[in-house]
Amino acid sequence: MQKRILSYLLLITGLALVFPMATLAEDKPKLMTGSSAAMLAGSCVGCHGINGNSAGPATPSIAGVSAQFMIDMMDGFKKGEEPSSIMGRIAKGYSDDEIKAMADYFAAKSFAKATQDFDAKMAKKGAKLHEQYCEKCHAKGGTSVEDDTGILAGQWRTYLEWSVADYRAGVREPSKKMRKRMEELTAREGDKGYEALIHYYTSQR
Amino acid sequence: MTINRRKFIQAAGTVTALGMASAPYLSFAVSAAGMKKVVVVGGGIGGATVAKYIRMADPSIDVTVIEPKKSYFTCFMSNEVLGGDRAMNTIEFGYDGLAKHGVKVVHDKVTKIDAGARKVTTAGGSTFSYDRCVVAPGIDFKWETIEGYDANVANQVPHAWQAGPQTKLLLSQLQAMKDGGTVIIAPPPNPFRCPPGPYERASQIAHYMQQHKPKSKVIILDPKPKFSKMGLFTQGWEKLYGYKTDNSMIEWYGSKDEAGVIKVDAGSRTVTTAFGDEHKADVLNVIPAQKAGKVAFAAGLTNDSGWCPVDLLTFESKIHKGIHVIGDASIATGMPKSGYAGNSQAKVCAAGIVAMLNDREPGAPSYVNTCYSIVGKDYGISVAAVYRLAEDRSKITKVSGGLTPMDAAAEQLKREVAYAHSWFNNITKDVFG
Repeated sequence: MQKRILSYLLLITGLALVFPMATLAEDKPKLMTGSSAAMLAGSCVGCHGINGNSAGPATPSIAGVSAQFMIDMMDGFKKGEEPSSIMGRIAKGYSDDEIKAMADYFAAKSFAKATQDFDAKMAKKGAKLHEQYCEKCHAKGGTSVEDDTGILAGQWRTYLEWSVADYRAGVREPSKKMRKRMEELTAREGDKGYEALIHYYTSQR
Repeated sequence: MTINRRKFIQAAGTVTALGMASAPYLSFAVSAAGMKKVVVVGGGIGGATVAKYIRMADPSIDVTVIEPKKSYFTCFMSNEVLGGDRAMNTIEFGYDGLAKHGVKVVHDKVTKIDAGARKVTTAGGSTFSYDRCVVAPGIDFKWETIEGYDANVANQVPHAWQAGPQTKLLLSQLQAMKDGGTVIIAPPPNPFRCPPGPYERASQIAHYMQQHKPKSKVIILDPKPKFSKMGLFTQGWEKLYGYKTDNSMIEWYGSKDEAGVIKVDAGSRTVTTAFGDEHKADVLNVIPAQKAGKVAFAAGLTNDSGWCPVDLLTFESKIHKGIHVIGDASIATGMPKSGYAGNSQAKVCAAGIVAMLNDREPGAPSYVNTCYSIVGKDYGISVAAVYRLAEDRSKITKVSGGLTPMDAAAEQLKREVAYAHSWFNNITKDVFG
């Protein structure tokens, strides 16, 4: 008798287990995986440019950035921790392995600095401020990716402006070190300090 | 190689890097002996992308694009031309960029594709043999679905759903319209090219009127019960154009009102709806129901739906082996008919063709689409999706994406406009650069 009840229970729970899975399988068919890095990267360049070098004005270039930087950004977009208009919707479509493949793909490309207008006087001031507040992590005038930081030199102005605005508004979370430097910069130089920095980064060719 | 000599020299002349023009017969011999050949029919978004991406992945493949026009006007961003914020020449692209990738561009019209003999014939009398052919003809119209409307009448009453002269015509009519005028837009039934397009167009025309002809209005007479990004467009129209108020610059009527246009009288610029109402316009923009471009029919690549069934892994036709169909003309189950979708499909198709021509299995595809719509000044909205292919190849399946959220902050809507422009700058380089 007990055995019979047990098998009956098993049957019921078994059915309960099978049913939702069957429904799930119908809604979400099994998908092909293992796309090549080039195939995956092909879906980035429509917005981020050939080889990840954006034609601007707002979408940032992603060529030559450190793989870890891109992985961190994509992870942030996926989790909703990095602010975005559209990347949060897109990043969820890629697995961690796929993101790693794309990150390695773009890390191997060379970053082409965007040619943009700038104010020479402001850029000169910005160069000094960069040396003082930013160079320690964004080394070599903001061109280095050694500390897994983003490339600033030659990045698109609109992207730089929005990034600064998001950091200052607290929408985007800076690292502890960066927060400290930004607080100092804000206190001593105000808005003009950030403007000067952006002129410096956009002045680099 | 059955291409005639005159055409060959003309085509080879575009390949400066290889110096083929100076020694056509040498190259001719190499080509005949070993080079795999791909012929691409149509130089729009899908066609130009597939040609370039095949050459980038395998420069040993000989790629020829056959396209009648000397330049291509993108449909995307053509609404911004109508809105007055963009110049016509910024949406025009030539084929020099493709030539730099070693793609031969022949300006001629394909009249016949013989799938058995693997041969393409043109109106100019040339024939091109191929190992693989890609057909990317875009759309054609089902003129017969609207009484009194055809290709000739479209020279008076533009559809402007293929950009270029049609865009110019509609623009000039808008510019000539008096203040207080009525613009009627008649969108097509599903499926059609660029699902949010007619509603972005209404937005951009309202944007133009707001600055230059504020007493005017746009009336949309739609055969459908709803449309792409409807909630977002409606919210934008409420914020910018007084939608649903007495002074609204935009009015929309759908299938509930049987508002779809079934008849056009071009002389009086009057349309008749399915319900039987007559509406007179100062500017009339009729966008008829659509089907695959002409050459897809000539090549027998369409089914009863008027579109082309394909294997979604490589976009090879399910009707004729060796021919691939991409972009709006294809039945890319799961993806909308958009320029970006055509570009993405072209990359998947290119990778598939390169694999097949090198005796490899095509790899797993990944597809993407983003459609931005510019509703007004500093007001952009979007829909995005990332897709993978179902293992049984039955459907291109969305794995992430979605719309701009409703009630988004002004800053986000403003950024979406800048991202829309960035997308345009980058995608056109990806296709034609």
